[in-house]
Amino acid sequence: MVAQPPGGTVSTLTLAATTPRPWLAGLDPRLRVGSALAFAGVTASLDEPAVLAGALAWALAVAAAAGLPAGLLLRRLVALEGFMVVVLVTLPFTVPGETVLTLGPLTASWAGLERAVAIALRANAIVVMLLALAGTLDPAILGHTLARLGVPHKLVHLFLLTARYMVVLHDEYRRMGLAMRARAFTPGGNLHTWRTYGWLVGMLMVRSLERSRRILDAMRCRGFQGRLHLLAQAPWRGTDTAASLAVSVLLAGFLTLEGLA
Amino acid sequence: MLAAPVLLGSGLLTATALAVAVRRLDYERIPQAAVLAAAFFVASLASVPVGPGSVHLILNGLIGLILGWAAVPAILVALVMQVTFFGHGGLLVLGANTFNIAAPALVCAALVGPFMGRVRGGAPLFALGALAGALGVALTGALVALSLALSDPAFLPAAKVILATYIPLLLAEAAVTGGAVVFLRRVAPELLLRRGGSLA
Repeated sequence: MVAQPPGGTVSTLTLAATTPRPWLAGLDPRLRVGSALAFAGVTASLDEPAVLAGALAWALAVAAAAGLPAGLLLRRLVALEGFMVVVLVTLPFTVPGETVLTLGPLTASWAGLERAVAIALRANAIVVMLLALAGTLDPAILGHTLARLGVPHKLVHLFLLTARYMVVLHDEYRRMGLAMRARAFTPGGNLHTWRTYGWLVGMLMVRSLERSRRILDAMRCRGFQGRLHLLAQAPWRGTDTAASLAVSVLLAGFLTLEGLA
Repeated sequence: MLAAPVLLGSGLLTATALAVAVRRLDYERIPQAAVLAAAFFVASLASVPVGPGSVHLILNGLIGLILGWAAVPAILVALVMQVTFFGHGGLLVLGANTFNIAAPALVCAALVGPFMGRVRGGAPLFALGALAGALGVALTGALVALSLALSDPAFLPAAKVILATYIPLLLAEAAVTGGAVVFLRRVAPELLLRRGGSLA
């Protein structure tokens, strides 16, 4: 097995830093999640590319202040769905308007280009803000925060256990991948490979379910009756109120700019 | 990117399915659903080679077969994880994405699930699994293309290109799901044959 730093597997799956920035860690998690949601709502209603660029700049500034490594952030953004890329590339050619570029029978319009740029800026701004404010939370804390924000408890339980199994399964998956390579398995685009991946997925589930049964038995043994206790967290403080006011003012500013443009 | 009526409509459908699914989900089954949601998340990180390129699996057919209704919250949770920790997908399209992936999972559970207990032998079982895998991906592709096309006619060419990209995924997904079903039937048959597999 490949040697790993303690806790190293967690940070490859989530963005939770081992030493979070004090200003961010000091804020109430509800405020962090709420701000990311409010930012997403406001940004979704913006259309002006200049204003959207401002929103993206703000999100990037928050990400930098949160200590998200630029390289990591870029890798996450490049992995932007191929889906999106297809839409962005075809949009200038499908929206009618003043021609900016001609490629054989195809003509690209300014209007289409502008819309494509707006979509790209909007999607990236929302994702960067979410990664910076919520993605940097420990998944367990994020789960408890969702419960305090009113998400049904069954869903929160599912979320908390999934967050836990995600790490376990990712380890298991890497171990099995290593075992396959040790037996000279080389993936290719053929039925053998796909069927082997099917066995891999099946094995992943069987092993993890066995583990989940053992865990459930152990939990029952300690008096578990089907519910986890959702831990109380630090109370809302003055700094949280101040921060939420600042966020509201900034968001209102963006809406005003959009109205003026 | 998607139009507000599309987002609202699919969000509403997701919320309704979620309400039904969560009511049916007892606390005893949550660990199992969580494992599946996590497996769904981890499997989507793997890239599977197809022809000259590679695809990321969705596995919604398999999840529908194993979890039935519980597939809806499991898929939602996995998508929430994907968007918050990986930035994949989107926050506001969460309802639409969940619907586009979970509705085909439910269709697979309803149409293919009942035959799971009746089919014997490796090859027919593989075919049945492959059918679920292909059906899940094909329906998801169709729903994604539909949500784009309904949002704005300007997205129509993009929707067609996206639909075409689902064809290699469909091949890989069918074979992987077929393999997984044969394996699970041999090693852990209770997973596929329990009431979870059907919608009853």
